[in-house]
Amino acid sequence: MQTIIDKNGVKHYMITLNVNGDSYTKVVKGNTLLVNMLRDTLDLTGTKKGCELGNCGSCTVLMDGKPVDSCMVLAVEADEREITTIEGLAQNEELDKLQESFVNNAAVQCGYCTPGMIMSAKALLTSNPHPSEQEVREAIAGNLCRCTGYVNIVKAVLATADKK
Amino acid sequence: MYLPDFDYYAPESVQEASGLLAQYGPKAKFLAGGTDVLHMMKEGLIAPEVLVSTKNLARLKEIYYETGKGVVIGALATHNNLVNSPVLQESYLSICETAHHMANNQVRNTGTIGGNIVNAVPSADLPPILIALGARVTLVSASGQRTLNLEDFFTGPRKTVIKEDEILTQIIIPDNSFTGSTYHKFGLRRSGALAVVGVAVAVTMEGDVCREARIALGAVAPTPVRAVKAEEMLKDQVITDQLLEEVGRCATSESKPISDIRGSAEYRLDMVRVFTKRMLRKAINEGHI
Repeated sequence: MQTIIDKNGVKHYMITLNVNGDSYTKVVKGNTLLVNMLRDTLDLTGTKKGCELGNCGSCTVLMDGKPVDSCMVLAVEADEREITTIEGLAQNEELDKLQESFVNNAAVQCGYCTPGMIMSAKALLTSNPHPSEQEVREAIAGNLCRCTGYVNIVKAVLATADKK
Repeated sequence: MYLPDFDYYAPESVQEASGLLAQYGPKAKFLAGGTDVLHMMKEGLIAPEVLVSTKNLARLKEIYYETGKGVVIGALATHNNLVNSPVLQESYLSICETAHHMANNQVRNTGTIGGNIVNAVPSADLPPILIALGARVTLVSASGQRTLNLEDFFTGPRKTVIKEDEILTQIIIPDNSFTGSTYHKFGLRRSGALAVVGVAVAVTMEGDVCREARIALGAVAPTPVRAVKAEEMLKDQVITDQLLEEVGRCATSESKPISDIRGSAEYRLDMVRVFTKRMLRKAINEGHI
């Protein structure tokens, strides 16, 4: 990883990563968080910032296929990694089955937790296409929702699992 | 919530990492999963000028069995690496189960066993079960390495014997005769909760007779503690419900909990009694679970 020192003596680091299938080379500071790079540099504002301490899960993205809180990951640590955000799910203008299911099951109220919630659920269904209700609840335990009471969210995830 | 400035290094070897830690001393912090270090930096509790990342030390993630040594867990194994490890599932399912009930899935994908140990939070979940199983830890620096019992590693809340330039590289569970082990985190919620009380036990049974027992308690003292008097009561004894009740009572006398937002000292003591009894029964009847 190349280090670049600017005229003020501040170090920057050149990272290469794949986001939603596209390869990017970016220059970031050591203290740049992955969530801020995604939102501010790549304009991928679907990923939300909530507690910013790794509790609420609204910033969940997939790193090499696994859900992580992007507010607790340094951008430099994502060097040579593969990141999937909520924007990476829809293909050719068509929503992912899971996104459609959230709409159809009224699993969205204010919507702030939804991108993170869907990323956690997506990772679950990829590794376990037919989860039990308990497994769904465990998978989204790190995603807090203050509106829905989770019932319709769980319903939406299970409905997608049935269709596969 | 932004982080203060720091220099970032991602060394390619443990030796190089230790060299950086030695060079920068107290100004440097070692960054593994980041779930604790970045959290503390955001809260303004620490402000390291240098972060030494473990990103390029992937070899320290491996979990394997080595003949003559025991089960070796790389310090950078994430909690979900523990949950999904075939080696652990076969020999110590109790460690998989402990890891599975920690924090939430996102944190389990980044947080590491090494971080959980080195941060030395009294309520940490992995140290009690590892201590019950007799785990040892290897600390490596540029000038050499040493291996010590995990129970001798902790000296107080967030305090350990690790030196500034030392890196925890592996956790070893030596071969043993335990027939069962288990851990219970008694928390106020199922997910994302810290332990009010954590109770880990490991037992060696021969029929109805307990040959050896180890009991390690979390969140009831400044460090994880062994309940050695309670352990002694079980040695070479036929197990009865009454004996387990007495052992549970004895374990409370070896705990020194504080009262805090999660529970009073009195409540914690009673929960030590209850869960010591229950976990012993579980490990005796069900094996490593």
